[in-house]
Amino acid sequence: MERLFYFFYQYRAFFTFLALELFAAWLIVQNNQYQSTKFFNSSNKYAANIISTTQGIKEYFSLRNINAELAEENAQLRTKLEQRNQSLYTLEVREIEDEEIINRFSYVSAKVINNSVERFKNYITIDKGSQDGIKPGMAVISSAGAVGKVKSVSEHYSVLISLLNTDEYTSSVIKRTNHFGSVNWDGRDPLYSQLNFIPRHANPVVGDSVVTSGFNAVFPEGVLVGIIEEVSLGPEAQFYDLKVKLAQDFYKLAFVEVVKSNLLVEKDSLEQKTIGEPK
Amino acid sequence: MSRSGIWHFLSFFIYLLAQVVFMKNLVLFNTAFCFIYIAFILFLPIETNILLLMVLGFILGFTVDIFYDSLGLHASTLVLVAFARNFWLSRITPQGGYDAGEGPTLAANGLQWFLIYTMPLIFIHHFTLFYIEAGGFGLFWYTFSKVFFSTIFTLLILLLLQYMLPGQRRS
Repeated sequence: MERLFYFFYQYRAFFTFLALELFAAWLIVQNNQYQSTKFFNSSNKYAANIISTTQGIKEYFSLRNINAELAEENAQLRTKLEQRNQSLYTLEVREIEDEEIINRFSYVSAKVINNSVERFKNYITIDKGSQDGIKPGMAVISSAGAVGKVKSVSEHYSVLISLLNTDEYTSSVIKRTNHFGSVNWDGRDPLYSQLNFIPRHANPVVGDSVVTSGFNAVFPEGVLVGIIEEVSLGPEAQFYDLKVKLAQDFYKLAFVEVVKSNLLVEKDSLEQKTIGEPK
Repeated sequence: MSRSGIWHFLSFFIYLLAQVVFMKNLVLFNTAFCFIYIAFILFLPIETNILLLMVLGFILGFTVDIFYDSLGLHASTLVLVAFARNFWLSRITPQGGYDAGEGPTLAANGLQWFLIYTMPLIFIHHFTLFYIEAGGFGLFWYTFSKVFFSTIFTLLILLLLQYMLPGQRRS
């Protein structure tokens, strides 16, 4: 027994090293699982305070751009609303009367206080949290297109998994052909992503737009993800290799909207009743 | 606590802030990162206990991880550097040994020794960091270019700091 203790004592440095590394490895694995850690990330009160101060200073240099973008978005939305009203009026279509369906999605606007594009696993921190009703798993979009999903929330801040994260898969569809696939970033160019699992017979062409499918009920249907930029198909491959130019330029992300899906619980419980618990 | 002890205690926070406020936003050409916080572990006194080194490394790495949303990543790599540091220091002892109470600095041991000391440790740190983050060797050459350029970048900033910091010079 004494020899054993002596042995451990003699190699105490190595065993401490081993213990710390194993603990760190456990943390890494934990963190990679979706929606796990709650406290030790940049939504933490103190960390977020420091980050948002830095962001506040950085923001002054891009105010002009942000303003122009917001104004442009306002104009677009106003045109869209007017067009919709006009077409409803001339077609005499009755608007949907079920309030719950009309208010299926509600939006919370938030400011980006931390964003990166250069790493393999990029995260975004925003300045709205559980106090504004944000929960893990909600979709986040911007005026240009899809941005990511909420990973974890604190009282006033949330951390999002960006589309520029090699772990993030977004169920998407080619708008023209209605073929389903999955958008996943390969870790290289922050302006482009890949669309996977589009079968051989689908015939996508350059310029097709890729939108979210709405199958996972996280994203609303039809949010633009990007435009197909390059199409290639290996001689024996089952699926196309599609390079997608992302609609949102992640270098310039300033404001985002978190999508609350108000009927999500109803949809999930109905599916659970018919299909059973998800595995 | 001695005077140098207080300095090291303060430098923990200085390096941490420098990393998460400045260096985090400073990435050159999407490939060259600077992880300046590694300097804290590298420049602690030579006779520092290895257990203390590893614990400090873990705490510093863990705090950096909170800001980078990459729990465990920086902690594990910095513990590795802390573990390797003292072995490497004893391997490259200059003739006549280190002076007592001396830090492993440029001013004390010269440029050549300094490069031999820091370069491999920075390389090990960046190598493990980027490959763990990439989740394997799938994008080997792309990741390797990140490792290579970041090593140079971090090294340059370290050299710059060594020439600039006045308190470290003792000749």
